[in-house]
Amino acid sequence: MRRNTLGGRIFRGVLWVAFGLFFLFPLYAMADFSTRNLIAGGRTLRAWQNLIADDALYSAIVISLLLAVFTVVAMLLILVPTMIWVRLRTPWAKGFVEFLCLLPLTIPALVIVVGLRNVYLWVTYFLGESALTLTFVYVVLVLPFAYRAIDAALASIDLKTLAEAARSLGAGWSTTILRVVVPNIWSGILSAAFISIAVVLGEFTIASLSGYQTLQVQIVQIGKTDGPTSVAASLAVLLFGFVLLLVLSLVTRGRRRATVENVVQPGAAA
Amino acid sequence: MKKLRDGLPLLPFLAVVVIFLIIPTVTVIGSAFFDDGQFSLARIQALFSSTALAALWKSVLLSGSTALIGAVLGAVLAWLIVSSPPTSMVRRAVISLCSVLAQFGGVALAFAFLATVGLNGVLTLWVQQVFGWNLAGSGWLYSLTGLILVYTYFQIPLMVIVFVPALEGLRDQWREAAVSLGASTWSYWREVAVPLLTPAFLGSALLLFANAFAAYATAAALVSQGSPIVPLLIRSALTSEVVLGQSGFAYALALEMIVVVAAVMVAYNALVRRTARWLR
Repeated sequence: MRRNTLGGRIFRGVLWVAFGLFFLFPLYAMADFSTRNLIAGGRTLRAWQNLIADDALYSAIVISLLLAVFTVVAMLLILVPTMIWVRLRTPWAKGFVEFLCLLPLTIPALVIVVGLRNVYLWVTYFLGESALTLTFVYVVLVLPFAYRAIDAALASIDLKTLAEAARSLGAGWSTTILRVVVPNIWSGILSAAFISIAVVLGEFTIASLSGYQTLQVQIVQIGKTDGPTSVAASLAVLLFGFVLLLVLSLVTRGRRRATVENVVQPGAAA
Repeated sequence: MKKLRDGLPLLPFLAVVVIFLIIPTVTVIGSAFFDDGQFSLARIQALFSSTALAALWKSVLLSGSTALIGAVLGAVLAWLIVSSPPTSMVRRAVISLCSVLAQFGGVALAFAFLATVGLNGVLTLWVQQVFGWNLAGSGWLYSLTGLILVYTYFQIPLMVIVFVPALEGLRDQWREAAVSLGASTWSYWREVAVPLLTPAFLGSALLLFANAFAAYATAAALVSQGSPIVPLLIRSALTSEVVLGQSGFAYALALEMIVVVAAVMVAYNALVRRTARWLR
């Protein structure tokens, strides 16, 4: 598919520049906008300092980071043992589990939040009114991506032999999973964790319509009065997500099924 | 019996999925038809009110146009990416950026365009200084035109992610075979590559449509008042408790969204199955 003619190269060069401008200029504009001093002119880092100095924004950042950690831990605790168990003992359930894991791709978050009211009446009844209860829904939201990442890692090892060897040497199920299988699917777990963090930090729909003050909700709130601070926070989240995925693409290099683009596919059938 | 006992460790997983995914969805479908336990079509009927139909039409227009623009431009960008070496840092960076913009951007994308072509946007000020035009005039960024522009900013990257695997499925041998049989590059694309890629392209375009139709965060951050499209109409139905029966309306609108997205996804799956035949 490579063209080496001069005309072809110029054509490709022009296209790269055009796409580059369209995608990078708004990001540059965010950096410029968030460091502009609207009152006195010149540059200021006030908007960026607000990420920590503004109490409401800072506490929202803390909540979102906590949510990200909780979601990753809960997702791993629920998904990893389930997927290992399915492969080893209940292969008849594999299609079913995969279907359920990919289902959130077909059901919009907006639909989930509309139907969530009654469920959350119970959740807040048992656990109290806290933004951290969003963890449960977020685990569902990250399922498709986490499933694909861990599934690719599990497919690349000889799980049955490893588990049988561990079991025949006297290891219980928890030792087998924690000390034998998990170290072998480390890259998949890392992928799943990173992508879950990116999802949680970027989530707005469910948090805002359930009335919880997470980072994204706060960004929109602040945007009504203080544009530069919102733009700074937005850019920070985008850059953080970009770095996460870039590191991931370096970690998963060489594994075809585990590449970033394969894991973040939006289509359930792909 | 043994089968059942082996299935027990799956229960925590099943519980989370059932409670936080299945029950909400069933609630939406059920509540669209049942009002206080009584079967009623009143909520469905509200979908045919002029407000709801106008929102549906604008949503379809927005999703359709951005799916078309995103699919065409995204396919071109995907081709540019695939024809660069797979291990290059540029390629990794572009794919990572596309993933972030396509799947995790949301609110941030609205602010990206506010910073660019908003009232005090960087591009707005430049153009004002250099040409004296007011780029942000009449607040078009907050209307359907603005939404189309901002949506393409995540639709193109989404197309890249969906379409790169299809392009990578094109084997070099097929081109070599075509060329050795006397085909020019142009006739290879016209006779071999394009027919092979058409189902994947159409399938991806459908996926983009469903994605835009269900997207909420970007539009909600950009348009704070009024509800020109279905997701924003759901927002106002959910948040305004003033008008009686509005939350019932939200159920009906959410059902409408399920139906549209499901229909599109069924068509998408049919197309993917055609692609999968030669991709594997």
